[in-house]
Amino acid sequence: MTDVVTRLKPPPVVQASTREAPHESRPRIVVRNLDALFGTHRAVRDVTIDFPDGQVTAIIGPSGCGKSTLLRCLNRMHETVPLARVNGEVLLDGKDLYARGVNPIEVRRHIGVVFQRPTPFPTMSIRDNVAAGLRAGTRDRPSRKREDEIVEESLRWAGLWEEVRDRLRDSATALSGGQQQRLCIARALATRPSVILLDEPTASLDPLSTQKVEELVHTLRGSVTVIIVTHNMQQAARVSDRTAFMLLGELVETGPTTGLFTTPRDSRTEDYITGRFG
Amino acid sequence: MISRARPPVPRRRSVARRRATNVVMIALMALAAVFATLPLILLLIHLLREGASSIDLAFFTQMPKPVGETGGGMANAIVGTLILVSIAASIGLPVGMGAGLYLAEQRGARLATSVRFLSDVLNGMPSIVMGIFAWHFLVRPVGHFSALAGGVALGAMMIPLVTRATEEMVRTVPTALREAALALGYPRWRTSVAIVLRTALPGIVTAALVAIARIAGETAPLLFTAFGNHFWSTSIDQPIASLPHQIYTYAKSPYDDWHRLAWAGALVLIALVLVISLLARFVTRSKHGGVGD
Repeated sequence: MTDVVTRLKPPPVVQASTREAPHESRPRIVVRNLDALFGTHRAVRDVTIDFPDGQVTAIIGPSGCGKSTLLRCLNRMHETVPLARVNGEVLLDGKDLYARGVNPIEVRRHIGVVFQRPTPFPTMSIRDNVAAGLRAGTRDRPSRKREDEIVEESLRWAGLWEEVRDRLRDSATALSGGQQQRLCIARALATRPSVILLDEPTASLDPLSTQKVEELVHTLRGSVTVIIVTHNMQQAARVSDRTAFMLLGELVETGPTTGLFTTPRDSRTEDYITGRFG
Repeated sequence: MISRARPPVPRRRSVARRRATNVVMIALMALAAVFATLPLILLLIHLLREGASSIDLAFFTQMPKPVGETGGGMANAIVGTLILVSIAASIGLPVGMGAGLYLAEQRGARLATSVRFLSDVLNGMPSIVMGIFAWHFLVRPVGHFSALAGGVALGAMMIPLVTRATEEMVRTVPTALREAALALGYPRWRTSVAIVLRTALPGIVTAALVAIARIAGETAPLLFTAFGNHFWSTSIDQPIASLPHQIYTYAKSPYDDWHRLAWAGALVLIALVLVISLLARFVTRSKHGGVGD
């Protein structure tokens, strides 16, 4: 696992708005025949999909189609719910995350997550929130000085630094909803994950904050593999290189975003994106 | 359609009647609210009238004087109460908080269900029974009364109070927060302690203070455990004086001087409990509060 971290580059100064996908498309995450169950209910059914390195993949589909559950399988969060089980393989850089002996806690440290609603830790300052992931382990904690640097880098990366630089010691709950969500993104980025999972990250945000988060996703392209679950098809079209469409727990279709939205291969995809259901 | 069918006069009368009922009921409820606080107010007034004059520096610094001599204080009982409450808190808080955290985190487990039920039973247990429990295990085998036995009896009373309060407070911490910590790679135990417990802490501290205030005034469990002591003692394996017990002893004595001291002691005890309660409110309102505010 550690080789993944060391190979990571420092936060990139990415030129925004280069719309074409990164040329290289080696998969960072490979999902093979994945089933996710809650007791006997199969929420995700036999999903096989590749997530190319450095690209943004959007997962779309109607409510309850299993897209969030699929996302939660990728960092082993699914199993934290009682009675939840996973069958199949999830390979990160060729290594099965569900293999015997893999520590789920280690996995989660290398795959960042941002949830639908902002979840800043209310008892921590803005600074400590960003640094929270760095302190998750008992070993390899950075020095105070290094921590300060990482906090600044992460906040700059999330586009929040200028807004909070003078009140890093204030409680994180004092921030607005949009700021809190970007704070959570900064927190997820602080550990330099190779993959970041966004579970409807703008569902509770106003249009302006949504735009900021989408710009941020854009900035991440190239250096981080982003997987974003969204209800919003326009958002998927705006931010992603590839799109996957799920329905009733199954992966119906996946492909380059423009292709999927203009010439879907499956009639169910077409029905969904033309608004016939969902 | 329906309203047109009804004649207008009775309608207006029914509105007037509803208004009148409303006024009467609100007045009755306000009266009930006043009655609810009346005992406390009357008690405070009475205590101040009877006890305030006997409170001076000597009351806090001096030992009780022998019968017949005027003056003297309750220094030994005040210190005794502090020692007893400390022993109780050092048992009740860690056990109660640990159990509460367990109940909240493993809410469905069979053990959790039975512990929750038993803890409610324990909560309703008469306090003198707690005294018997401590007497049986800590006084009888040793052969003499001790502060430790009294502290344990009070601590056992604290446990269910703190357990249920901790559970309630921990449950108010949103699941999303717990998941956020897990997703960052926090191990389960650190998520529980550093995030969940920490977020619920202001509420738990409040509950702990309320529990302390509650047991500080208990007399029954101390009767045959701490027993009381007319002399200065801070040793935990010796009988020890306490405010509520001293008040009880003095109040039933035939001496006016002791009655006077009992009133003063009651006033000090009430003041102590009020201060702790106010402290509890203050903690809940603190700035970096979690879910408690």
